[in-house]
Amino acid sequence: MFDLQGYGLLLLKGGKLTLAVGIGAMIITIFIGLGASLCKLSRIRILQRMAGVYTTVIRGIPELVLILLVYYGAPTLLQDTLKIFNIDIYISINPFIAGTLTIGFIYGAFATEVFRGAFISVPRGQIEAARSCGMGGFLTFRRIILPQMWRFAIPGLGNVWMVLIKATALISVIQLPELMRNADIAARSTRKPFTCYFTASLIYLSITILSLGFQQWAEKRASRGVKRAL
Amino acid sequence: MDIGIIIESLPRLWEGSLITIRITAVSVVLGFILAIPLSIMRVSNNPFIRLPVYSFNFYFRGTPLLVQIFLIYYGSGQFQEFFVDWGLWRFFREAWFCAILSLTLNTAAYSSEIFRGGIEGVAHGEIEAARACGMSGSLLYRRIIMPAALRIAWPAYTNEVVFLLQASSLVSVITLMDITGVARVIAARSFAFYELFITAAVIYLVLVYGLIFVFRKVENKILEHLNPGALAS
Repeated sequence: MFDLQGYGLLLLKGGKLTLAVGIGAMIITIFIGLGASLCKLSRIRILQRMAGVYTTVIRGIPELVLILLVYYGAPTLLQDTLKIFNIDIYISINPFIAGTLTIGFIYGAFATEVFRGAFISVPRGQIEAARSCGMGGFLTFRRIILPQMWRFAIPGLGNVWMVLIKATALISVIQLPELMRNADIAARSTRKPFTCYFTASLIYLSITILSLGFQQWAEKRASRGVKRAL
Repeated sequence: MDIGIIIESLPRLWEGSLITIRITAVSVVLGFILAIPLSIMRVSNNPFIRLPVYSFNFYFRGTPLLVQIFLIYYGSGQFQEFFVDWGLWRFFREAWFCAILSLTLNTAAYSSEIFRGGIEGVAHGEIEAARACGMSGSLLYRRIIMPAALRIAWPAYTNEVVFLLQASSLVSVITLMDITGVARVIAARSFAFYELFITAAVIYLVLVYGLIFVFRKVENKILEHLNPGALAS
């Protein structure tokens, strides 16, 4: 049943691209999440509002619709806008960039809440102690809050990553040859759709299992030096 | 921005919304019915009962929904003779059946893990008290454990239903005409890409926050006895 007729390598290649999209998107997710959570915690009203609108809107729209909107909608929107200024050009986006950016942008909204919770969890005394040592706002953030915040953020970020890597399958809709798209190609040429999609699902499953292991390791590492109650 | 095309396509988007709502509702109800026994099996002490459910949940939570939809819709074709022999082919060749089947299995896996958390969160004393009153087995589950577990699990379950509503947009990939499907077809014909996808996004936003509103109402209702304000009034 597991005769892939030589398409196994294609699937593995797709898996590599899936990981590349996933990791790229995760980096964007972390940066957006950090930025937006700081906006939410800042005292400036307008920043709070903007971050609030971002998380509420993004979390209410399906990923697929957002991917289609960015890949097909953004270029036409830009062209139409430029036409007003009498500039007539044709724009198209690379599916890898569109996919990675969109996925990163979507999960940034979920990471925002994770980071917000983590920042709040850092004990206030730590910040006060840093202040009394003469550290300024940025220095306190860099040296005291940021390193301690990770311990609280990693479980939540792990969950975001698990959902994110599965969401990369949606990019196959915009023809990027990642795992799902390649499984599609293999299924059409071998006429064995079940075998191909099932193999693809096992590759996703192994990514999940590896990620679980990595998450446990990272959690342990981030909480070294913390006294355990049990 | 072409407002005309948006207004023109509103009736078809409305029909798409009905399909989205219908597919989501059917899958949520079927998934809920499946998830209750699954979650009880999941907390069983017998590994022969617990492990199959654990593997089912692990597979469906560890792989993308899109793969699951394709496995069922296209994958069933590989076993066409088998399904024809069993008289099931007329179901598996229909996109709507495969869509509902995959969404149901997917949400059953996620929900049963949520309910498992609820069951494990039921206060020990409540179960002891019920046993002291002579309840056991199904009576204990029906009267004491499940009502308490569902209350605990409700906020997390709300999230799961919201995710399922959004995930139902994937059925457009297997030719169903839900909100996303309608938007894609009209956009491809008229080249009005961002107009239609933004409209679709707005419809989803309304549906999602409407759903959250309804679930919060239910939450207030079923957790009323824990709300100190309600006692005072």
